[in-house]
Amino acid sequence: MITADWLYWLCGAIFLGAAVIVGRDRENPKRIGSVAFWALLGLSFWYGTFVVRKAAPPWLLGLAVIAMACLAGFGALGKGGGLRSTTEKQRVALAERFGGRVFVPALIIPVVAILFATLVVKIKVNGQPLLLKGSETLIGLGVGSVLALVVGLLILRPTPASIGSGPLTPAVPLREGTRLLQAIGWAAVLPQMLATLGLLFDQAGVGKVVGKLTKDVLPQGSLIWAVVVYCLGMAVFTIVMGNAFAAFPVMTAAVGWPVLIQQFHGNPPVVFAVGMLAGFCGTLCTPMAANFNIVPAVLLEMKNQYGPIKAQLPTAIPLLACNVAIMYFFAF
Amino acid sequence: MLVLLGVLLVVVGFALRLNPLLVVTVAGIATALLGGLSPLTILNTFGTGFATNRTVTLFILTLPVIGLVERFGLQQEAGRLIGKLRALTVGRMLAAYLLVRQLTAALGLKDIAGPAQTLRPLIAPMALGAAERKHGRLSDEAVERVKAFSASADTVGLFFGEDVFLAVGSVLLITSFVDSTYHLKLDALQIAIWAIPTAICAFVIHGARLLWLDRQLARMANPTPAKEVVA
Repeated sequence: MITADWLYWLCGAIFLGAAVIVGRDRENPKRIGSVAFWALLGLSFWYGTFVVRKAAPPWLLGLAVIAMACLAGFGALGKGGGLRSTTEKQRVALAERFGGRVFVPALIIPVVAILFATLVVKIKVNGQPLLLKGSETLIGLGVGSVLALVVGLLILRPTPASIGSGPLTPAVPLREGTRLLQAIGWAAVLPQMLATLGLLFDQAGVGKVVGKLTKDVLPQGSLIWAVVVYCLGMAVFTIVMGNAFAAFPVMTAAVGWPVLIQQFHGNPPVVFAVGMLAGFCGTLCTPMAANFNIVPAVLLEMKNQYGPIKAQLPTAIPLLACNVAIMYFFAF
Repeated sequence: MLVLLGVLLVVVGFALRLNPLLVVTVAGIATALLGGLSPLTILNTFGTGFATNRTVTLFILTLPVIGLVERFGLQQEAGRLIGKLRALTVGRMLAAYLLVRQLTAALGLKDIAGPAQTLRPLIAPMALGAAERKHGRLSDEAVERVKAFSASADTVGLFFGEDVFLAVGSVLLITSFVDSTYHLKLDALQIAIWAIPTAICAFVIHGARLLWLDRQLARMANPTPAKEVVA
């Protein structure tokens, strides 16, 4: 069976490759800190496989993670350096020359991912599915990325003079990838760190305290207030934790089950489905959901990191009100 | 109650715009210490948390190829192509993307699009191209707004599409948590069906705001519209 493990190894290799490229870039003023960060990240991706298999102690990885956070937090990670791509002018000329062909590699990724999710997922070898259940699209994403890279090198194969700096070798995509990685910087590991924070919050009992607080503010015997508190609580707790999955068990134990289901006899599928979606409204508004809200801003090289949240806030608020209404009118 | 100090640390840290990675690490350690966890447990949690959540970082795999095609003018070509389609304003284009993202996510295809796969190489440059064709050279503020709304179309589409699919994480979390804790037998299909009303509301609200973006940009645009400016 094919699992997602090789994807993590490949990802780690990209980070290590970035470390090498940054290390050779003499124009980068923060070369040493950057190399340390990307190398540590690459090794952590590899080591993580053994942690998941319980074949290696997790605390060592914990130390590495905190070291990475310190490197990034105290400004040891450089943004730029001498990694140059083509100029805007060159790109316009190249776009004219290659035309639509330049889209082919970019489109291969989603197309392969779709094929894996719909067709390859059905392939069985000796009665066992070929791909690990639940990882099909991710594996497709990985295969798609590799295939797109090969096709990209084949169709864009240019003469060295036309591509700005340096001859085209497989190192060019790695250099370009490193350029993007440097633009993303520490934000690349923020989503994983936030997931870890969620775990720590949970173990320290933050959920229990919030659940108790919610119970205390809930007026007795009012259905509409119970619905509002459940939905609003899901959204607010999601904003704090960055993840509706963490909020759901807490708010459901505090309000959803004892009040909405047991006391007011709500229809469980409606209450729980809409409750979760109320939490998603919170996800739209929180920097804690970094992979959805911060990473896109960094990837698009926006000046304001909170730009996407500002664009989503006016949608999230009326949508939360819709969820309250849907639950109130359809569940009871 | 004391453990809520950790939450406060996060809020203050983000509000002061300190480095989020550092804020999160400090808040995590502080909360865990207040909650009575031993230093070794804390380190172990950082390790396992990092290892088990590597999936969210897998978008990195697309960066080398995205960087390669960008080097060859992908963004410029996307902008140029969209500039030819006169009827396609930035608002209409993003509303269409919102719908496609919702529908594909509802079919379980949530990883086919995303910030690295589609937003940076295709959607954002197309949106900027469409905006420039209509409104001429964009101010920095307008560029920021178009980028922000492009990102929002991707995120809103994903969130309020994926729950309509049976086998997505959140639906499975609901059924497994509720079934094991309260001894119900919830039907995943019922959960998915009841995600549809909210999905429709999300499309109506956010779609309308995306269409409204055209008017906002018209208001922000330079008083001397340069018609022939193409990306």
